[in-house]
Formats: sequence, structure tokens, C-alpha cells
Amino acid sequence: MTDESPRSFGFETRAIHAGSAPDPATGARATPIYQTTSFVFEDVDEAAALFNLQKVGFIYSRLTNPTVAVLEEKLANLEGGVGGTCTSSGHAAQILALFPLMGPGDELVASKKLYGGSLNQFANSFPRAFGWKVTFVDPDDPENFRKAITPRTKALFIESLANPGGVVCDIRAIADVADAAGIPLIVDNTMATPYLCRPIEHGATLVVHSTTKFLSGHGNSVGGIVIDSGKFDWRNGKFPALSEPEPGYHGLRFADTFGHLAFTIHGHAIGLRDLGPSMAPLNAFLTIAGVETLALRMERHCANAKAVAEFLKGHPAVAWVNYAGLPDSPYHALAKRYLPNGAGAVFTFGLKGGYEEGVRMVESVELFSHLANIGDTRSLIIHPASTTHRQLSPEGLKAAGATPDVIRISVGLESVDDIIADLDRALNKLG
Amino acid sequence: MTHDWYPDDFIRDVLGRVKTIAVVGATDNEVRASFYVTKYMTDKGFRMIPVNPGLVGKEVLGEKAYASLKDLPERPDMVDIFRNAEAAGAVAVEAAELGVPVIWMQLGVRNDEAAAKAEALGATVIMNRCPKIEYARLFGEIGRQGINSNIITTKKRPVKAVKKLI
Repeated sequence: MTDESPRSFGFETRAIHAGSAPDPATGARATPIYQTTSFVFEDVDEAAALFNLQKVGFIYSRLTNPTVAVLEEKLANLEGGVGGTCTSSGHAAQILALFPLMGPGDELVASKKLYGGSLNQFANSFPRAFGWKVTFVDPDDPENFRKAITPRTKALFIESLANPGGVVCDIRAIADVADAAGIPLIVDNTMATPYLCRPIEHGATLVVHSTTKFLSGHGNSVGGIVIDSGKFDWRNGKFPALSEPEPGYHGLRFADTFGHLAFTIHGHAIGLRDLGPSMAPLNAFLTIAGVETLALRMERHCANAKAVAEFLKGHPAVAWVNYAGLPDSPYHALAKRYLPNGAGAVFTFGLKGGYEEGVRMVESVELFSHLANIGDTRSLIIHPASTTHRQLSPEGLKAAGATPDVIRISVGLESVDDIIADLDRALNKLG
Repeated sequence: MTHDWYPDDFIRDVLGRVKTIAVVGATDNEVRASFYVTKYMTDKGFRMIPVNPGLVGKEVLGEKAYASLKDLPERPDMVDIFRNAEAAGAVAVEAAELGVPVIWMQLGVRNDEAAAKAEALGATVIMNRCPKIEYARLFGEIGRQGINSNIITTKKRPVKAVKKLI
């Protein structure tokens, strides 16, 4: 044998080929859509081995599916993880990531600058439904996480690039706090995608995504994934679901028997089996097609976003722009460190004016679509105070960064001159 | 040779030429890792001989257990060692002295000193890897449960490459 070190393939090659070998049954070059609920057993012995997790194969599409598995392997590869578990949505991925770690009365310390939908899930439903207590801290100072950790804290949760405030977290510093406490850092990498940022390289244990956004990239399929780095030893006494005998599998200890693959195997064998939020094969197929062009799309998304941010910065009707790619952003230094290929394509800006101007802005644009999503080929716009955040009080709007003057955009892949012209026309109508 | 990393072709070649594997630290406890490896490799057509003094007089998956490598009636093609690094080192050297051509220490187990001795005696040594994981990874099965195989290929891989081995 030779002693040469492994030559790894580049990101673009892996985005296309990782996990996507030709279909072993038919040789189909594109990944087939295995639109089936179930898979026949060869015999009773094979069925037993599959149910005992002694054989790697397919039983039922709530647990594993060949199309979904291709996407799982592809995204795990791109993030530098050992495995992934796809879910029906990004919110389901967050539940599935925490499910093996948390029990009633356990605690999570999370950034208070998360996407609003995550804040609702964490602050309201987690405590009510599961008895999980979530403490929110300002992520700008990693020390805040350390101060909030108690003996019941089982994980830290941040976004690499927050939606939508242009907030970039110091992943390495927060990972060091998690390491010192013997708990995993979970990073939502939805806005950055592994093309712009790979949190595992900076010390994260788990990465979660809403694959609905830039990964699928075309606004056509809702989904999520949890990816495990394989680097955390779950046998430190804090994570009994992974380290103690599992009654549903004859006393199997996942961390003992499956080692660094334990989290991913548990995610399918227990998480998807018992919670049930599996990804549909068609959504996996569409997302696989999206990920193949991720590098090209993200390059253009970021280039367009930077041009749009610079244009808005100079427009007389705009008061401020929160884009980490601009040199005057307080997060610019962190963006250069963690997002060297671009600061993403979703950000907020403030209008000189208030609620009425915000409403007129979203109603005046013609190329932008007025809707509540991000990460589409199409440019998207929303006025949070009149839509997603309209139930909040004035104080709540301020805390959420959704004051009446705020507009959020997701810059798409149209001709950048057309994107800018559309915004310019709408802004000029405000004056 | 370095044991930090093994080329896929090297591991594929080793798993393609061994047929009989002695499992040192075998178990009949059906939820332990060494049982999972024994069961999986048996299903793939390998003959897995349990070696564990505590199992003498018993069988694991139809194969009679032996107390030690030197008690085996015939020389295995490979020994797979489920022991800690220190104990595994002694087993590795013993196996090499008995002429076992391939010595495999399980994932998480590495003993460079013993490996060097075994290699000097002519053995091929693999450490800190699991033959079940490598088999599933290299023959296209492991991705079925979302595990990253790190394999990039544009070739059609047969579903049951395994049974051709024996």
C-alpha cells in the first residue's frame, strides 16, 4: 500500500456525486424516486436482522428510504459529518436533534437572535409539550452561554448566520464553551449552507438545516436534516437515551454498539420511528437536484445580495442596511472568518418612515414576490410587522428586530440590474 | 507504513481475500458491538470463529468458541480484536507469531508498537477501523441509513457484491 494521504474531492464534485452513485438496482444515473412505503423481506431471518439493526437495509419509508438516503449522505458529506437524518421540515430537524439529548426538566441555552419561527418553537412549544426549558442569551458574547449553563443543560443552539438580522456567531468560541461543559453545540446552518460555512470544521457537534431554503433552492419542497459530526462521546452520563440500554431494542446501548455512528442510527431507529417526521421521497429528489448546483447558485446569490445591499445603502429612502457582507456591519469581521465566500443573500434594511411605508414597499415591487420564505431562485420580500410578526406588541417587535420600518429580502438569481431596478422603483414611490 | 489512514482499495482488497475471521473478544450477548459485527459478517458469507475463554463450550451463530488463538484447529485468514489497546497488542503479536496474515484492531483501538512487531513478522495490520463499517461503506450499503461513505463513484455497484466473495 502507499502512504499518500487521502485526496479529497472538491465541494462542487461532492455536491453532485456524494451519495449519488448510479442506482444499484437499475443503473439509473439520476437518483430514482422510490415512491413506496415499504420494502419486501427476503425471508424471516432477513426481516429479523433488519429489525434488530444488524443488517443495513430498508423496511419502511418512515425509517429509511433509498431516495432520502442519497440526500442524507450527500449533505452529511458536504458538511463533513458522519451521517444525516432527513426530516419533513427544518422545525422537525430541530426536534429530532434535541430528542435524543433532552428529557423533561432538561435545559437548552439558545441564541436569542434565532429565526422567529425557531424562537416560537423553543420558547412556547418545547416547554409546554416536552418540559424542555430554553434559556435565551445574546450570542454576541460567547461568555453569555457559559453563564447560562446549569447541570441540566444538554446543548447550546445557535445559527451560523441568523435569519434575518445579518448576525454571525463566533462558532469556535461558543463550541469551546460547549466542550468545556461536556455538551454538544448545535448549529442551524440554513442561511449559510455548507458552501459558505461548515460549522463542524469550527467545533460544532450537530448541524441542522431547513433544506427548504437554499439547499433545495427553488422554493418547491419543504424539508430538513440533522447532521452529526461523529466527534462527541455520548457516554459522559448526560445523555442516557444514547448511552443506556434502549428497551425498544432489547437493551441495546447505541453509543456502545454503534460508536461514532450512534446519533445517526438512533435518529432513524428511534427518532423517525417514534416521532415520525420523515421526508417524502419526492422532496428528497427535488432537493438532491437543487444541491447539485448549490455552489453556482450561492456564488450568484451572494454576488447579487452584495450589489443590492450596496445599492440600498446609497438610496435616500433607506435608513440602514443589516448585511454582514458590508464593511460597516458589526459582524463583518466574523463574516470574513466564518463566511469567506460570501455573507449569504437574506438580510433586512430599514425604511425612512414606518408601517405605512413598509406596506407600500411590499405592495409596490413587481419582480419581488411577497411571501414568507427565503432561499429561492426568485427574489422574495416581506414586511415582518404587517405579516409574520403582526401578533407582537411594539416592544415585542423591537426585541425581534421587526420594527415597523424593517423590510426583509431574500435576493434571488434574476439579472441583478432588474432586481435593483425593481427595488429602486418601489423605494422612489415612498418619497 | 502509516496507520492514520488506509486507502479504500487496500481495505477492499483485504476484505475481498479473507474468508475465515477469528473474533477475539467475541460475545453471545446480542446487543454488543462484537455480536453485531459477527452477525453482519456471517450474513455476508464470512466464517466468524468466536475466541473468548468465557465462551468455551458454547457456540456463537453456529460456530464453536475457543479460549485462545492457539487453540484454533486451523489458522484463520484474519483476526478481529475487540480488546483495549494494551490487550489487543498482545493478541496481535500472538496472532502474527501464529502466522495469521491479517490482524485487525477494532475502531478506537490502536497499538503502534504491536503493529510494528506484527508487521515485522509478515502480517498486514489494520487498526482503529471496524470491518462491518468498512464492508458496508465500501460495498454501498452504509448510505442506506444516512451514513456518509466518503465514496464517490459513477459505477453501478451490485446490490450483493458480497456473496461473490466466497
